[in-house]
Amino acid sequence: MELIIGKDLKKDYQTGEVAIHALKGVTFSIPKGAFVAIVGPSGSGKTTLLNLIGCLDRPSGGRLMVAGMDVTSFGKTDAAIFRGKHIGFIFQSFNLIPVLTAYENVEYPLVMVQNISASSRRKQVQDLLAAVGMGDQQKKMPDQLSGGQKQRVAVARALVTHPELVLADEPTANLDHDTAMSILALMKKIRKELDTTFVFSTHDSRIIGEAESIYRIEDGILKTNGNGGGRGHD
Amino acid sequence: MTNLIKIAARNLFRYKRRTLLTLSLIVIGVLFVAGFMAVTGSFKNMMIGQITDSFVGHVQIHRKGYLAAIENLPLTMNLKPQAARKVEKILKETPEVEAFSSRIKFGAMFSNFTETTNIRLNGVDPEMESKTVPLLLPRIMEGEKALKKGEILVPELLARGMKVNIGDMVVVIATNRDGSVNGKQLKVGGIMESATGPGGRDGYVHIDDAVEILRMEEKEISEIAVRLKDFERLHEVFGVLDGKLSGELNKQGKPVFEVHTWEQLSPFYNIARMIDMMTFFIKIMLVAVVLISIMNVMIMAVYERVREIGTIAAIGTLPRKILSMFLIEGLLLGVIGAAIGGLLSIALVFGINAAQFTYDFARQTDIVLTASVNPQDLFMIMGIVILVAVVASLQPAFKASRMDPIKALGYV
Repeated sequence: MELIIGKDLKKDYQTGEVAIHALKGVTFSIPKGAFVAIVGPSGSGKTTLLNLIGCLDRPSGGRLMVAGMDVTSFGKTDAAIFRGKHIGFIFQSFNLIPVLTAYENVEYPLVMVQNISASSRRKQVQDLLAAVGMGDQQKKMPDQLSGGQKQRVAVARALVTHPELVLADEPTANLDHDTAMSILALMKKIRKELDTTFVFSTHDSRIIGEAESIYRIEDGILKTNGNGGGRGHD
Repeated sequence: MTNLIKIAARNLFRYKRRTLLTLSLIVIGVLFVAGFMAVTGSFKNMMIGQITDSFVGHVQIHRKGYLAAIENLPLTMNLKPQAARKVEKILKETPEVEAFSSRIKFGAMFSNFTETTNIRLNGVDPEMESKTVPLLLPRIMEGEKALKKGEILVPELLARGMKVNIGDMVVVIATNRDGSVNGKQLKVGGIMESATGPGGRDGYVHIDDAVEILRMEEKEISEIAVRLKDFERLHEVFGVLDGKLSGELNKQGKPVFEVHTWEQLSPFYNIARMIDMMTFFIKIMLVAVVLISIMNVMIMAVYERVREIGTIAAIGTLPRKILSMFLIEGLLLGVIGAAIGGLLSIALVFGINAAQFTYDFARQTDIVLTASVNPQDLFMIMGIVILVAVVASLQPAFKASRMDPIKALGYV
């Protein structure tokens, strides 16, 4: 079953008088439960593609279905509601809220996005923090955590709402090799346990091999590589 | 909401020094306005009290047109006994009226048998007058603090000029409404401290003596001064009295009476208005201080947290919640600043009163400054601060809520 279907997706930007074609008609599909890496050199369009899949941006052309919904023409509010329900995000720089503890950072989407009651969210948050190996660091503020610990908290935050899809933009770029591998192993473990689809962008050759499907993108054109299940658009 | 408040509060104390600086600006602003209002309010109340309690009263009732000709003290414009009784009946039936005093005002010649000068005289019933203007008798500097028949209370400056003392006999000569002249010998019963404003140099005689000097067959009243039970309700009671009295028409269908508050009778009302005007401008300054300081701190907050805003927007926080988060930050700044400012203002008022500052007003010296801050005024100042704090946060909060998550996440 396909979780994401993109048909002839295009994204153009206008910088002054210069038009930039970041995506030049990309067609692909990602099945539910996949562990997909989007790879390519800087400026190739992988972040643009992630932004479109994550409903953070709207395509200039084509059609995009995520979790059975046509998200192509979502407005700001609809997109925010959709993201809050269906998508988790992991960022390169962790992006934890500095005034909240590890526990509160994970709790945040349940409180601010999904309005879950305090009693039902407590166990959910504690279980997830334990699952990412941060059960004993709950009360620490982000500035008291190492990079790897921060990313573990960020993974827990992305998963706390039980999203069908987790998008990670260069999730290991700011981590050393061992920590990067452990974060990747954690993501894979959770993917297996929760059947969550993971799509991450990277140009870190060390972790590309860990992906089950690899989508190579070059100059705004997507090419399938390795054992990927997507289709390139040449 | 609790979580929004928690996040907003923590964000505020993320930059302690800046928050404290902003808070201190708000606190100083509130303190300044409350302190100014407490001191000037005290001065204003003292001044109004002096004027109304010494001679003007809170409200005055005249025959229509009398006030326009008051400088001439026209006897032809006095209220006929029947009209005066009608007013007195209405005043007695009005529960908000504490006391009233009917006066006969007239111009006269004042002679000490060697020199003569002119004087404005008020014929009053001492008991009613004391109830209506309680500071009248305390103004008697020399002599018994009373007004008896056959005696005259002479204003200090006139007594000094005419070299009259307590117990001296003087002659008062006046022209009655028919144009004939009459005089009466009176004993100087008291020398009065000059009060400030109109009537401050007036002399007083018993109303029966005024009737005799003016050869009135019946008491024809020039004005009726009224004292209210609650001065704060002045305009409300004025409206009631005016409503009752303005309906009275003469045979020609014209109004018989005119009712005025002290504000329309005393030039000191303009000083009171000036004080109010200054207070208003001070409040505007407070608004500006709060507006600029909170807007500044909130713009900085948004500017410094662009990536954070991008993150919370990306994970699905709705724009209106982001807007609320920043509005609550501004609101908290306003509430904390207003609360601390309010408490310190009360302390300031206690401090001023404990210090027993004194000042002079007109001929009165060493008046102790009795600062007081009306709870209603204090709550109003605090309310203004809180409202302005929210208004000042609107633009930065709106900007944060409209931020494009992609641009915000990529912001360095």
